[in-house]
Amino acid sequence: MAVTTVPTVESSKGTEKTALITGSEAIAVACKLADVDVITAYPIRPYDTVMQYVAKLVADGEMDCEYIVAEGEHSQFEIVKHASAVGARVFCGSSGVGWMYAMEALTVTPALRIPMVAMVGNRALDDPGAFGVEHNDALAVRDLGWQLVWVDNAQEALDTALIAYRVAEDRRIFLPCAISCDGAFLTHSQALVKIPSQENVNAFLPRYDRGDLLLHPDNPISVAPQANEDWVMEIRRQNYAAMERSAGVIREAYADFERIFDRSYGNPFFEEYQTEDADVVLLGMGTVSIPIKVAIRQMRKEGKKVGLIRMRWFRPFAAEELTKSLSRFAAVGVIDRDYSFGSPYMSGVLATEVRSALYASPGKKPPVLDFIAGLGGREVRVPDVQKMTEAVYQAAEGKPQPLTQWIGLRE
Amino acid sequence: MGRLFAVEIVYRGIFQKTLAKNISRAIVLAAHEEGKPGISFGRYGDSPERNGIPAKSFAIVATDDQTLEEGMAKYEPKEVDITIVVDDTLFKGVESWAWYGLQPINRLLKPGGTLIVTSREEPETLIGMSHRKEVPYQLAIVKAIPSFSGLWVYKDDHTDVRILGAIPKVLPELFSLESVQKVILADTKNSLKATSAARSHERTTTVTVRPGQGNPEEPFRFEFPKWHEMREGITIPSIPAGHAMRDPQNQQSGGYQPARNPTFKKYTTRTMRPVVNFDTCIKCTLCWLQCPDSCFDVTPEGLYDANMEACCGCGVCEAVCPVKDCVTMVNEVAFQDNASQWEMWRKDKAVYQGWLKGKIESRPERSHGFRYRGQYQEQVAEMAELGVEGSSKKAKEEPARVTRGA
Ligand code: SF4
Ligand code: SF4
Repeated sequence: MAVTTVPTVESSKGTEKTALITGSEAIAVACKLADVDVITAYPIRPYDTVMQYVAKLVADGEMDCEYIVAEGEHSQFEIVKHASAVGARVFCGSSGVGWMYAMEALTVTPALRIPMVAMVGNRALDDPGAFGVEHNDALAVRDLGWQLVWVDNAQEALDTALIAYRVAEDRRIFLPCAISCDGAFLTHSQALVKIPSQENVNAFLPRYDRGDLLLHPDNPISVAPQANEDWVMEIRRQNYAAMERSAGVIREAYADFERIFDRSYGNPFFEEYQTEDADVVLLGMGTVSIPIKVAIRQMRKEGKKVGLIRMRWFRPFAAEELTKSLSRFAAVGVIDRDYSFGSPYMSGVLATEVRSALYASPGKKPPVLDFIAGLGGREVRVPDVQKMTEAVYQAAEGKPQPLTQWIGLRE
Repeated sequence: MGRLFAVEIVYRGIFQKTLAKNISRAIVLAAHEEGKPGISFGRYGDSPERNGIPAKSFAIVATDDQTLEEGMAKYEPKEVDITIVVDDTLFKGVESWAWYGLQPINRLLKPGGTLIVTSREEPETLIGMSHRKEVPYQLAIVKAIPSFSGLWVYKDDHTDVRILGAIPKVLPELFSLESVQKVILADTKNSLKATSAARSHERTTTVTVRPGQGNPEEPFRFEFPKWHEMREGITIPSIPAGHAMRDPQNQQSGGYQPARNPTFKKYTTRTMRPVVNFDTCIKCTLCWLQCPDSCFDVTPEGLYDANMEACCGCGVCEAVCPVKDCVTMVNEVAFQDNASQWEMWRKDKAVYQGWLKGKIESRPERSHGFRYRGQYQEQVAEMAELGVEGSSKKAKEEPARVTRGA
């Protein structure tokens, strides 16, 4: 379904149109608005919805780009990597084991400072073959130099894709960025989304200029030569510096976004919901935020002051800001839609990171409980959230609680 | 702290990988016979599996475990008691994947340490090839054809045991002849090899190399850039385009000389170099086209001059040249510098032809593998005879011919 064929309504912004589209379609629209040059595709659910939407935009003549269907995900990511090296703005994406099949290409992409933007339709890793959401696919690249961001609605998916290009292609950064969209909950459900005008997008997003790293006959360079141990630390240190700069560039991009599009996301790194007076908070990533928000409203009617912190950017991880915020609460409950078998306290990835951030922080360090929930796309229900909150309150009162608990499991 | 011994074995990738490992292992095992702990390892990198690239193996031995650990705490020893060189062309210096710049062959030797080399050359020739060192050291020559084989085959020609026999002569504290003979017998069950080791022990003598002796050239090296000085994205500038050549005789300009990597020259890979007869060359371009390293400079009159700063000595140009004896590979030992052959030819063709004839006729035998079927077996027999008897019939008939350049 092309954007122009859906019913549109005039928004207060005049030139802005509103469309009923899925999270995947929102990303496809962002690709069109960003005038992406090269897109590669290889089908895997739920990411494939994006490639279908882009294909339609191209077929309908609404979008002009090279659209290459590769013979597998490894080639899919390699092709856009090379296209980006010669100066093309690129888009790519995958899900679950498709993303993992591309792993070698995913490791070299940040190493070569390729500002690829990718969409990960989060999906449980095989086996078992399952379509539903888990975050282990995107999290598998967390140490490699990928910037990782999670969104929880279609509007945010579109806006974040534009921001991702702006940040990734900033010469100070030149690191890839993956936008995680929960399979089904976001990729396959339609919502009303404001489509920004092309003029505003053009004002927000400068053209991609690869500068002295451009692979071109006029700029003869050799990319990725073999090197021995005399060079590797210096190369890694350069990527460390780029990731270190990323948080500042993200802040700039969100500020500009707000100025140009008149839509604000507040703190770019995480969303805080009803935290001002909260005793305890829950913390999670992606669409799990929706049942949590509903549960919080119900619990507040019963006098329980609960808040939510929804992480957007996982890489870079805003440790200072997050721990400053967390120091205000009596206890924290992290909801991990992932697993990290054998990790400290057998917790998920997010809880382990949050605890690690807190340990070295100067302020108060509230206890952090971890809840493994919603794996493989299982629904996280309002009563589940209430159950988790109970445990967090217990921890706040100093009553010993298991550090990792499985929620919504048949037992 | 006890005493630490370090021995390095400098060898050529693939051709001598097994030889170097055999020597290094036997050193550690022989020292172990006398209660000394040790380790044997190869310098990690690509070089051992690359044809002819200079590479290193090390044997570190100590009088006790803690002292050994002091040695192991350094990846590569910073100084060694003995440097074993299993190919004399390595005396010109080594450049490898594992380090940068040109490393003089004697660089790691302690003052008074010993360089043991397998060669058919005389000490003066070898000393002239190696860089000067500020402190004196010893040179011991084990007379032998350089033992080259392949990745999957080993030329079992007694080179290893002959070197092992020489070691207790120059450094008896490391291990005795008896200990290394025990290891050789246990390992090979071949008493002839133990005899070879003993003969080599008897025959080994050393000459002292004094500080003023040797090649006075500064070996090339360069500074490593800091992390923030390096271009990002694992990106390096390409070698720029080349330029026309200038004829030193008539100042005519033309042809094409490609620019080359100033930080990786790779000519120390060479054990043989091509010499070109410019008078018979038919300018067919095949050598220029087929050289894997773009070594040929195109001269203003359209001749092809193999540039010796770049040539790795693979022999492809000799193989493809359609004119008989126009390109000939000659033992690298016969040359003192990397000067242009074409410039010499332009200066005086008759002198050049004389030089060329001398190089070709007096070249000591040299090859990467075997030149004809059965040559390995012949050489193994010859070397074994040399090892056990102290001379070989062939060696007597054909004494080593030493070429000392123009
Ligand atoms: S031997 Fe000949 S073909 Fe081989 S690198 Fe040297 S010049 Fe080139
Ligand atoms: S291959 Fe031989 S004949 Fe042909 S250009 Fe080279 S040197 Fe001359």
